[in-house]
Formats: sequence, C-alpha cells, structure tokens
Amino acid sequence: MAAPVLSIRNLTVEIPTRHGILKPVDGVSYDIVGGEILGIVGESGAGKSMAGNAVIGLLSPPAHIAKGEIWLNGARVDQLKGEAMRRIRGKEIGMVFQDPLTSLNPLLRIGDQLVETMLTHLPISHAEAEKRAIAALEEVGIPGAAKRVNSYPHEFSGGMRQRVVIALALCAEPSLIIADEPTTALDVSVQAQIMALLKRLCRDRGTAVMLITHDMGVIAEAADRVAVMYAGRLAELGPVREVITAPRHPYTHGLMASTPLASKGQKRLHQIPGAMPRLDAVPDGCAFNPRCPYVQDKCRHAPGPTAEGNAAACWFPLVQEELS
Amino acid sequence: MALVSVKNLSRVFDVSKPWLNRVLEREPKAFLTAVSEVDFEVEPQTTYALVGESGSGKSTIGRMLVGLLKPSGGNVDIDGVDLANETDAAKIDAIRSDIQMIFQDPYASLNPRWRVRDIIAEPVAARGGKTDGLAEKLLEQVGLSVKDAGKFPHEFSGGQRQRICIARALASEPRLIVCDEPTSALDVSVQSQVLNLMSDLKDNFGLTYVLITHDLTVVQHMADRIGVLYLGRLVEEGAPEDLFDAPKHPYTQMLLDAAPRMDGFGREATPPEGEIPDPINPPSGCAFHPRCPLAAEVCHKERPVMRRLGNTRVACHMAEE
Repeated sequence: MAAPVLSIRNLTVEIPTRHGILKPVDGVSYDIVGGEILGIVGESGAGKSMAGNAVIGLLSPPAHIAKGEIWLNGARVDQLKGEAMRRIRGKEIGMVFQDPLTSLNPLLRIGDQLVETMLTHLPISHAEAEKRAIAALEEVGIPGAAKRVNSYPHEFSGGMRQRVVIALALCAEPSLIIADEPTTALDVSVQAQIMALLKRLCRDRGTAVMLITHDMGVIAEAADRVAVMYAGRLAELGPVREVITAPRHPYTHGLMASTPLASKGQKRLHQIPGAMPRLDAVPDGCAFNPRCPYVQDKCRHAPGPTAEGNAAACWFPLVQEELS
Repeated sequence: MALVSVKNLSRVFDVSKPWLNRVLEREPKAFLTAVSEVDFEVEPQTTYALVGESGSGKSTIGRMLVGLLKPSGGNVDIDGVDLANETDAAKIDAIRSDIQMIFQDPYASLNPRWRVRDIIAEPVAARGGKTDGLAEKLLEQVGLSVKDAGKFPHEFSGGQRQRICIARALASEPRLIVCDEPTSALDVSVQSQVLNLMSDLKDNFGLTYVLITHDLTVVQHMADRIGVLYLGRLVEEGAPEDLFDAPKHPYTQMLLDAAPRMDGFGREATPPEGEIPDPINPPSGCAFHPRCPLAAEVCHKERPVMRRLGNTRVACHMAEE
C-alpha cells in the first residue's frame, strides 16, 4: 500500500471549561492514501467536524490538540503555528464547507478569489493564474467559464457556488481535500452532480479525500473506507461495504438499521434507545454501554479497544451470523 | 369522503422591486408562482406526502392547508369547509381546532421564555378550554416524563423538542396535522424515534398527516399516498409501491435515480443535468422540458394536464402505462 497522504495517530482534542475538560475528539487514529475517499460518519456532536478542523489547524480556542500526531505527506503538522500552517492550508489541504455562500467572499469576483489563492501558493504569473482560473471553472462544469470568472458569488445558484468552492479547493493542487458536509445544503439532484464531480476530480488527480457527512447513502456511494464516530471516539473503521452490510460495532449496527431505507417494508423503524451522551457526561468504559443491547460487565469499566486498521472498538464485536 | 380536498390551488407572490426602483429602471412588476393549479385529496387516517426539491412549493401548500396563507386561486376544503372563503364564524372556529402543524426547526418553534407546560397547553388555553393536567398527560404520550412540564425548551435536545412540538399539536385533539419537514433537523437515530412516535400516535388517535419533506426514504416509509411537486406543479401522484417501483414521470425517475442508496457501493450513475429553473420565468409548456430526456415538440408548447394511468396520476405528455 502506498504511503498515506494523511496519517492521524491517537488524536485528542480538548476544550477546558469551568466544569472540567471536554474531549470532543478522543484518541482517534486513521490514515488516508492518495486517491482514496475516507468517509467520516456520526451524529451531531460525535466530533467528526472537530477532527477535520484539527487537521487543517482551524480549531477555535480554547479547543486545542492535547495529544497525538498528525502527519501530512511524511511531515508532522500538528505543532505548526501561524505562517507555517497558513502555507499548508490551501496549498496541501483544500477545504470544502457545507455552506457555499459563507465560504466565498461576497465582495470579490470569483475569478479574483481563484487567482488570489493560486498566486499565494503557486510560483506562477498573474496572467497564467487567470488562464488557470478559467480552466478550473471549466473543469468543475460551469458553463461559459470565460465570462463567469467576472461574476460575484451571489450571481450563482447554490449548486454552482459549491462547484466554485470545489474549484477553489483544488486550484492549488492540494494532496488532501477535507469536505465537511459538502452536499447537505443542496437538493438531491444537485447533490448527485456535486458528488460525481468530487469523485471524478479526486480520482483523476490522486487527491485524498476526507468526506465528513451524516448521510449514509452518500458514504455508501462515494467512500472507499468509512470511519464511524461516537462521542468523540472511533467506533468502527473499515471498507465501506463491510461496515454497512456487516457492521461489527453495536452502534454502527443500530445506526444502519435505523435509516428508513434499511427498514423497507417494516411497520416500525429500528430504534436505538436514548441519545448520544453529552461531552461532559460520557459514561465510564465504552461510551456506548448505556444504550448497547449486548452490554456486559466489562463494557461498563474498560474503555473499548481502539479501532485501528479494520476493527470495531468493541469488546464483544458482533459476528455476522447474529445479524438478520 | 376525503378530509382534505385541494382544488386547482395556486399561490402567486409579488416579488417586485419597490415602486420607485421600478419607475426609474422601467421594470414591470415581477410575480413568482409558488404553487400552480394543484389538485389532490387526502383520505381520513392516512398519510399524504408532498415531496419535491427546494422551490417546488411544498411548504407553501402546507401553509395554505392550515390557513397561514390565503390561496391566490382555487380552494382548500377541510371536511367540507373552505377556510379562506367561509363566512360562518362558528364553522371556521370549529374546523380550526381540527388542524395543527409541526415545523421543521424545533429550536425556533418553541418560545424560549415559556415553560413546557404552558407551551403544550396553549392551543387549548387560547380557546378557553380546561388545561389541568393536560400537558403532563401529553408529555407521557410522546415519551417524555411528567417532570419535564416545569422545564424550559433549552433544557431539551433536538429530538425531545420535536416531541414537545408534537405534544402541543395533539393538545387540541386535531384530526389533521401538517408536518413540514418534521425530522430534517434531526440525526438518523433520533429521526427513527420520532417517526415511530408519529406512526403510533396516528394509529392511537386516528390522525391524518400531510407530510412535507424532501427526504424520499422518509416518504417511502411513512406515506400512504405521495404527490411529487416540481416548480409548484403536481407532476405525479400515487401509492409508494407504484411510485417507487415504476415511476411514470421523468422527473420522478430522475429524483429516484439521484437519491443516494445504502447499497449503491461505488455507483457511477450519470447525475441529472441542470437545476430547477427560475420560478419567476418558468419554462413554457411543461416546466420540466428543458431537463427532460423525453421532451418532444408538444412539451415546449402545452402544459400537460393530470391524467390517470393505472393507479397513479401523472402530468406528462409522454408517460405511458
């Protein structure tokens, strides 16, 4: 296997508060290789966006990386500060956020935003950058790119804006793209367009993608591997087909079963009792133990084993035969 | 007899610029047709789902059903009473307590300064009814605890708040509840809890739901009948098994193909082309023709009328059995 583009080892993000230290990300490890799409799923508050923000150095204080390492193309980046991190952001890591309107500058023509990004990170002339800006817009499927470079963000529809954001994320030819809920604000037909575009561009360029979303369907269709997060911890990591069709962690199993798609033809949907614990009240032992139907004594005391490689963070992982 | 009967319903919004700008820039008034000539009926104790992408007019229809908006044309009859045109005050009053609504955002639809007890009892208190113990009873029915009545909305999670909204909607013992994206703001595992609760309540109280959503998986699970909307027009209507297994309108087909699937590992479907057109200047003839793979000459010129094909109704010149 090729050397990973991004390698996260035992990453822990802490937020000190008056009531103690919260851990929105707790001991998470994973790798992404070039050309691979790693899906990160979980419910709100599971820490999926926090992990992405830690990688790109956008944690807002007082949140900070307390433990662990982040390696990007063989160089350690978690301790970089200010200017050094700014050089990597945009150049090595591109970012696509959920809301395409707030991630573009409303006062700058989109061509100027692309040119500015390229001039900051690439050793090219202004004229060359302008030429590349048009090419980049053509590549993401914006009709009449040569004219549209002079348009402002508000002149585009939501789907077109997200295409511009993708062009912007890719224009400095980064080796890693972090896409944080890139299609959540879009309609289903536009979502299909954007996901197809993201998949094609990243495969062609060998870009690694961290795809953060709560939509299992999007993950199933786009991701190669998937990491399931629960209460800041990795619950399960593995190839997407295995995790979705034969989950080994009881939480993943419950999550998959509770999507209306999985309960086709059944009168009632599968339910996981309760809700995810708040970060200031994560239970001892395995974080899922109060809601787990298979809980045993050990789960209440010992935190689950860490999910690394292809594993579930569970003391008693489900065997496939147990699943209906 | 149908509980809700919608006939030829239209709604036009005036989106013109201010008067002075129009005079100076010599621009005519601009009108946005959010809903255009929609017909459907909802049978008692069933779930009728309205699906469509943003701008398809589904929420506007919902607001007209409960009387928050007046129709520009056509009418909405609920149990034989047309709220917008009825003149008998007693009749209007009687039918209003039969209709309730649940909104998408459970954070915005509960007054943060009111205790849960007062929020839930308000629909009854506002009409001078007896509210003793009402909130407590309803809280238990939606799976919360009696003690929660004294708390404020900020003490609850999103799923719990949506349960409070449901309890409030049940307070006046309605027959019809219009649910506008009731689970869109919720996580998958919480969504399944709320959907199960809604099904249980429907069976226990004999409720009728009009479910407005963009999520096809929710629709497939919940609905007895589905209406698909595109640019304010009803394009296809049918039972879930007919619609999902054999969609007849090309837009329904496109929508189903585009929806991500849990078993679609590495699916490389060609995504649909184009986006929803500008509703201020909708395309001539069939609104879907610029994106339609089957579009013919007639589709550019004539707006298709709803016609019956097997068990579904479809508005398409090209659709066949």
